[in-house]
Amino acid sequence: MSNAPVTRVVLAKLGLDGHDRGIKVVARILRDAGMEVIYLGLRQTTASIVAAAEEEDADAIGLSMHNAGHLALAPAMIAALAEADLAIPLIIGGIVPEQDVAVLEEAGVAAILGPGAAAEEVVAAVRGAVSA
Amino acid sequence: MLTLIERGGEIADEITELTHPAAKGAHVVGITGAPGAGKSTLTGRLIRHLLTLGLRPAVLAVDPSSPLTGGAILGDRVRMDDVASDGGFIRSVATRGHAGGLALSVPGSVRAFDACGFDPVLIETVGVGQVEVDIAGAADTTVVVVNPGWGDAVQANKAGLLEVADVFVINKADRDGTNDTRRDLELMLDLSHVSGHEDTSGYRPPIILTTATDGHGVEAVWDAVIAHRAHLESTNGLERRRANRFRHEVRIRLGTRVETSIAAVTADLEPDGRSPAAVAIELATRLLA
Amino acid sequence: MTDQKRWQEQHDATQLRDVPFETMSGVPVDPVYGDGPLPGQYPYTRGLHAAGYRSRLWTMRMFAGFGTAEDTNTRFKEILRNGGTGLSTAFDMPTLMGYDSDSPWAFGEVGRAGVAVDTLRDMEDLYADIDLGTVSTSMTINGPAAAVLAMYIAVGEKTGVAKTDLAGTIQNDILKEYQAQKEYIYPPRQSMRIVTDMIRYTSAEMPKWHPVSISGYHIREAGSTAAQELAFTLANGFAYVEAAVAEGQDVNQFGRRLSFFFNAHADFFEEIGKFRAARRIWARWMKERYGATDERAMMCRFHTQTAGVSLTAQQPENNIARVAIQALSAALGGTQSLHTDSFDEALALPSEKAARIALRTQQIVAHETGVTIVADPLGGAPYVEWMTDEMERQAEAVFAHLDELGDGSILEGVYAGIENGYFVGEIADAAYRFEREVNADRRIIVGVNDFIEGNEGNETNLLRIDSTTEELQRKRLETVKHERESAAVEATLAALRRAADDSTVNLMPPIIDAVKAYATEEEISNAMRDVFGTYVEQAIV
Repeated sequence: MSNAPVTRVVLAKLGLDGHDRGIKVVARILRDAGMEVIYLGLRQTTASIVAAAEEEDADAIGLSMHNAGHLALAPAMIAALAEADLAIPLIIGGIVPEQDVAVLEEAGVAAILGPGAAAEEVVAAVRGAVSA
Repeated sequence: MLTLIERGGEIADEITELTHPAAKGAHVVGITGAPGAGKSTLTGRLIRHLLTLGLRPAVLAVDPSSPLTGGAILGDRVRMDDVASDGGFIRSVATRGHAGGLALSVPGSVRAFDACGFDPVLIETVGVGQVEVDIAGAADTTVVVVNPGWGDAVQANKAGLLEVADVFVINKADRDGTNDTRRDLELMLDLSHVSGHEDTSGYRPPIILTTATDGHGVEAVWDAVIAHRAHLESTNGLERRRANRFRHEVRIRLGTRVETSIAAVTADLEPDGRSPAAVAIELATRLLA
Repeated sequence: MTDQKRWQEQHDATQLRDVPFETMSGVPVDPVYGDGPLPGQYPYTRGLHAAGYRSRLWTMRMFAGFGTAEDTNTRFKEILRNGGTGLSTAFDMPTLMGYDSDSPWAFGEVGRAGVAVDTLRDMEDLYADIDLGTVSTSMTINGPAAAVLAMYIAVGEKTGVAKTDLAGTIQNDILKEYQAQKEYIYPPRQSMRIVTDMIRYTSAEMPKWHPVSISGYHIREAGSTAAQELAFTLANGFAYVEAAVAEGQDVNQFGRRLSFFFNAHADFFEEIGKFRAARRIWARWMKERYGATDERAMMCRFHTQTAGVSLTAQQPENNIARVAIQALSAALGGTQSLHTDSFDEALALPSEKAARIALRTQQIVAHETGVTIVADPLGGAPYVEWMTDEMERQAEAVFAHLDELGDGSILEGVYAGIENGYFVGEIADAAYRFEREVNADRRIIVGVNDFIEGNEGNETNLLRIDSTTEELQRKRLETVKHERESAAVEATLAALRRAADDSTVNLMPPIIDAVKAYATEEEISNAMRDVFGTYVEQAIV
């Protein structure tokens, strides 16, 4: 029996944005890389994501954003994690303009994946964030 | 802690040692059925109902891992509201490709929930593989979920679900075909009576109609689970089931240990002229000494 | 009368545009070439009109919406000044989901991906100084479509334009929300009642209004193939027809008001085949299966938008070329109206300059390329005809599956396909297959997995919505809530709840009463949430 740690990632859409093509593809990419994806789907709140990350012992949280709301939503998520005392890396995927990347990194986002990120980049970003 | 239990090994064994004395005997309910039968939605509704009754339910939602990559997409939480703030707990578990692992980690996690004061503990599995059926069947009460429509009851029968069912739920009962499915189930229960498979204590699994999407019938499901538990208690069935479960877990733990030992003593074995049978007998004597 | 003769009659009866119908070198050309079924003739494979674009170009309809109603109003006027001929309104996410700007759900999303509309006051500002009697307006909203249409009607009334003169389209295609776009509120069957109520109301009271724009666009953007886009969209169309017929509406009457919305994606000939097949399939099904006798009820009129998902964040200017080619396929496919995407959309909301280039792109296709002087110029080309047949064949296979799933009813088949995850699963599979092919470099996307020199330093001037918009919009809402008469709001919402509870009552009149009392969109949605419940999808990944 293998006792090796399996990486567990919570994937969710925070807020109302319903574009879920990208997050579904990412879910499959991570599964195919041997990870366990806890898929929360659409319309999650920071509270529901914190609860899931806690109950599921998530190693990383991935949020997909296509609504230009990332500058408000990502810091809110970071704050909610801090308040719950969870040191879980947050990865943002979706449409994030170049000049916002630094802002999000400054706010504590572990990695940002733009549209068109290759499968290996996605997997590497998660692995990197988890081992950091 | 659940993560460590899922990984197995010595730490998991230590946790078992710690949690065993603290376990208070929470009611373990298995919920199983074909993919798409509405198990998650039903489970979600059930948790809501249990919370209103003042209980602290925990859920283990088991989904298969990909046999190719070992990864998994666990999506059961989508249809269960966020219940943490109200005292519930949901944990998604992947089968991780090996029956033995799951057969150990599920009882381990149940014990941990129990020790932490969660009661009841619901285990939701897809009723397709033997492992899943075994897990669900190892509960105190097993709920089998089917849908209206030709053949669903027949499929459940083939999968071996009828034999483990203590409560039947026909979910999506607002659809056509509900009465046919109920008739099919009744007929199969009658047949199992004739063939002598029926529980000798005279218990006959009830058939409950639900529409999980709007919560209709969910209370009745829980009432049936409670009635089943009362029946078990009045017939010493609960002790029997738990003793079976105990034996089963010990057997698997033993098997795992023996397998590890076998792997250890055979790893560096080289042909030395003796027959494989002779070598096996010698090693067996040594191992079991 | 022969087809040829009928075509000639129709052609001669058409008012043609005053442009030379000759090539740029001066070679005169016929209105159409080839024989067999001609444009304007059933089943309309070659187009709905005998004279093609000789009589009228497609409507150049540019989608716009951001910030507050006043911001968008300014952009609308800019579009009209630049020669745009129709307005298309994008709403922000809270509005699309039936939440007000002061809802906790709205945090960070107010005015970001479209304009925020909470009450009739916002709608009044959105269309201020625009004559609703002369423009045609398209509103892209589904879940809360009834409330938004009600507001539009109320704005018309206040500015002296009668319902009967309001022209436009409201998307209101709720079925594809469960399949692809995910902007639903209520469960499918309850949502369908709202849609059929709106179809009934508009066919009786608003002759120039299209109550549903049956949309494949979002299905395609979610990752489907061209054939799936075609099949799922038309199947949804059949479902609306069956739902309306089931409650006694006349297929010849409401059938004329249905319209469609397709995606123009990257594969040029596949797209053209898809557009041509759509017209043929719709005509045949409306006539043969649903018994339509009025030709206008058999015509598949559609709007097209170029594929947002095909745009790349890398070397964004390349998107101008992509959009031009996609626009050309829509023109050759015979679209009735077209939105061309702005090249910066993979990065942010379109900037003004990018939006203007997008509009110019379709003007170039319309006026410079010569594709508009002959109807269906590709008709008869072996590959194009084969592709059209192939698209039809694949779509028919999907219809057969849904028909079986629904036991002889496409409507029930579509419901079943939503509930058992058929649509979502098929789309996710197709999306994943495509991603893997790109990832394995079996498909080349320029600037993404090949030809990547020049990817650095491409930051263009992006449109930014700052967070003051959110505050501003909340203040606007607060003011309206303060000024309105709360007793009237309560009374109209109570009436709406009662109407929702009684399926024999049309929901439109009580919703119009509520918006006139300045009830908010969320209050109206909540009144119906109370009765109808809400929908949570199953996780099909």
